[in-house]
Amino acid sequence: MNAAVAKATHEVVKDGSMLKQKGMMAGHYDRLAAAGETGSKVACTFVPGNLNELIMCFDLLNNLPEVNAIQNGLRKKSGSFVMEAEKDGHSEDVCTYVKSDLGMIARGNIGPYGKPLPDPDVLLLSYTGCFTFMKWFELLRERYNCETIMLHTPYKGDGEITQNMRDYMVKQLKEEVIPTLERVSGVKFDIDRLREYLRESAKAEDDLVWVLQSAKNKPSPIDAYFGGIYYIGPIFGAFRGTEDATDYYRYLRAEVEARIQQGLGPVTPDGDMGEEKYRLVVEGPPNYTSFRDFWKMFYEEGAVVVASSYTKVGGVYDFGFRHDPDHPLESLADYCLGVYTNRNLPERVDMLTNYVEEYQADGLLINSIKSCNSFSAGQLLIMREVEKRTGKPAAFIETDLVDPRYFSPANVKNRLESYFQMIEQKRASKRPAVGAMA
Amino acid sequence: MRTFVGVDLGSTTTKAVMMDENQDVLGRGITNSRSNYDTACRVAGQEARIDTRLTLCRRALAGVGAIEGKVGDFLADLERTFRLEQFLEQLDDLENTCLGQVKGERFAKVEAAAKAALAEVFVRLRVEAVALFAPGATRRSDFFRDIAGSRYLGVAEQVAREAELSYDLLLNVYDKSIIEVENRPPSEDMGGKFMRALDKVLVEAPQFDAAGDEIKQAVADALDVELDEVYLVGTGYGRVTLPFSKEHIRSEILCHGLGAHMMYPNTRTVLDIGGQDTKGIQIDESGIVENFQMNDRCAAGCGRYLGYIADEMNMGLHELGPMAMKSNRPARINSTCTVFAGAELRDRLSLGEKREDILAGLHRAIILRAMSIISRSGGIKDEFTFTGGVAKNDAAVRELAKLVKENYGEVTINIDPDSIYTGALGAAEFARRAAEAGAGGDAS
Repeated sequence: MNAAVAKATHEVVKDGSMLKQKGMMAGHYDRLAAAGETGSKVACTFVPGNLNELIMCFDLLNNLPEVNAIQNGLRKKSGSFVMEAEKDGHSEDVCTYVKSDLGMIARGNIGPYGKPLPDPDVLLLSYTGCFTFMKWFELLRERYNCETIMLHTPYKGDGEITQNMRDYMVKQLKEEVIPTLERVSGVKFDIDRLREYLRESAKAEDDLVWVLQSAKNKPSPIDAYFGGIYYIGPIFGAFRGTEDATDYYRYLRAEVEARIQQGLGPVTPDGDMGEEKYRLVVEGPPNYTSFRDFWKMFYEEGAVVVASSYTKVGGVYDFGFRHDPDHPLESLADYCLGVYTNRNLPERVDMLTNYVEEYQADGLLINSIKSCNSFSAGQLLIMREVEKRTGKPAAFIETDLVDPRYFSPANVKNRLESYFQMIEQKRASKRPAVGAMA
Repeated sequence: MRTFVGVDLGSTTTKAVMMDENQDVLGRGITNSRSNYDTACRVAGQEARIDTRLTLCRRALAGVGAIEGKVGDFLADLERTFRLEQFLEQLDDLENTCLGQVKGERFAKVEAAAKAALAEVFVRLRVEAVALFAPGATRRSDFFRDIAGSRYLGVAEQVAREAELSYDLLLNVYDKSIIEVENRPPSEDMGGKFMRALDKVLVEAPQFDAAGDEIKQAVADALDVELDEVYLVGTGYGRVTLPFSKEHIRSEILCHGLGAHMMYPNTRTVLDIGGQDTKGIQIDESGIVENFQMNDRCAAGCGRYLGYIADEMNMGLHELGPMAMKSNRPARINSTCTVFAGAELRDRLSLGEKREDILAGLHRAIILRAMSIISRSGGIKDEFTFTGGVAKNDAAVRELAKLVKENYGEVTINIDPDSIYTGALGAAEFARRAAEAGAGGDAS
């Protein structure tokens, strides 16, 4: 069969939850495109520590620039947007989410689904741990001349959330964030409405955690990185707190339960994964421009990711946190404070070590992102430490988020194969030797 | 005899190692990778077989009293003469291919003249060849393309002038032919060439006349030993392009780690600088890889960088190190971008800096980059083994030794003269182990 025919007949396998999510996303982008007609006002905000429930309290649509960049990356549109932004003077080293977004805006702000995106009425920065976010919104503010709200999130330098930190966040919510959102939207804040949304969030969060932890099974029914990225879509985007999200996670959980019962591994774009040979923990975001090729390098070798830090980028639920309708503002504060990149290095090391052990992984793989300092700083140190504590081999690869120029498939594949063989070799060295060895 | 073969398909050169059941290396072969790994693999394999025959000859001749103590010299003569035979055979092929290119409109008016000129070029090349393979002669490279190419250009220019023919015409014929010749599988008649070479050596060495028959018999016996290639393992960048099944492929990281361990069992850190990547590898006491780092998004400071510099300076790759060694004041160069190397070089030459100082600076720059990769892989532990093509370069080694001492104190640095074969050696050992473990058959 020639390549063209093969391509035409090759269908990407998607499971029911993926199709369901696809419909949700299309609806979301339709709502954004129709904002002008419906008169809906729009807030832009980022994924880590996003305050979707609060935004919904003001009838605002939530447009997430990072999600747009990811969606454009997956659709192979981001490369030209990045270059467009570079034409406007943004350096090669700037975060490629930013450049993809600015390039898209420069080209007429047509969203990843091919429909126009609305201008924002307010920019809500709810996580200040990434300095780039601040600069990004500065640029957007200049362009749209709209209100900007900055919720300052203190860094968890000592590895814990103190009451003082929480109070500080709540004070900002009460005195800055909520009054500005009321003014921009013209909707009065109703704390009971917030409680309702938070109650809904907690249900979805329970199911999400169950799904992610299902990877403790052998074989793992899910891939907690490549598949995990789909699973976090609704909860870290514009859906947390909605019934849609609750339904989605209930549906997803049932799907995964069925896979466990049948003893199946994850669904990949090429169908069910074959034998599970390697169980990995992955640190860092994925590459989106070659997402499927990247994933294929894993599943073709029988490697499944059983836990990842990236699926905690919006917020960390594994260790018990849930949005709490009884303490609404405090729980929003805790959510923002607890996001993965707001944790200090010892906490990140603890978390990854815990994953390697709890999920019985063969080791830690770090995908270091050229343009993301929030994630990348300290990763080599993290790797050493996790390696030391778990006694399991670790490896390091480097790619980029949505800049296709920084994904070198031959090199990445070469390293991954080396890593898988290294795991194999280590295992073999623990088995009794076969024949006379050197 | 049961043998195990490891092939390292690097971006610049392809190496093969043939090993016996006792883990003794029988033969090594190397060739340039061209853009055709299939041929490169065959040529390197063939070279390893030739080298294996020489090893077997050495073993066989050890029992011949008449040449006791002189086996080394005798074999060196044999190999030299064999190489000449091989070179002449390839020259024949090149000539025939070149002649085949003399056709069509371009040659309409000069066909006869061009053919005559080509014939003259090859006559002269054959005459010269004897000196190229004379005892003690140094060659810029051991690869046919390099030797034949550089001499063809010189001789053809002269012949074209004498014949009042366009030099470009002859150049064009060569350019079209060399790739074809290079990619043609090597002639299989190894035994015949060996025996012809042996006759020549014996003619020139009357002192062995009395033992002539005995020597001939020993060599013939060595050539007759059946080499059963039980298992083959491929590694390196080209591995995926070959029809090797998965069990016959190992990552070069693992092969370099194991190869270094076999050469120096106390090795804990390995640095390999190859054509397009630099690897820092940590291994345990059994040669098992514990950690590694490689250059990733950029191949700055790899072996190819030196290749570029050599081209820019119109020098052979092997000549760079010796020139850099003459420097006492290396220039301070930070950029190791291969593409910028030419600009950097010209800029400095124009500022009046000495060639040797610039070259020394460039060597230091690539080693600095390698040091960063090693430190990211976990630093240098005693013993430290340096492998890859660049390990053959004295200037690179000098800079490395300095930087290792500055950063890690006294560390034993191992460099095997055959370090370029480290990956292939590891692969051969993997092949041997796989065969022991009962894995089946050869790769095809």
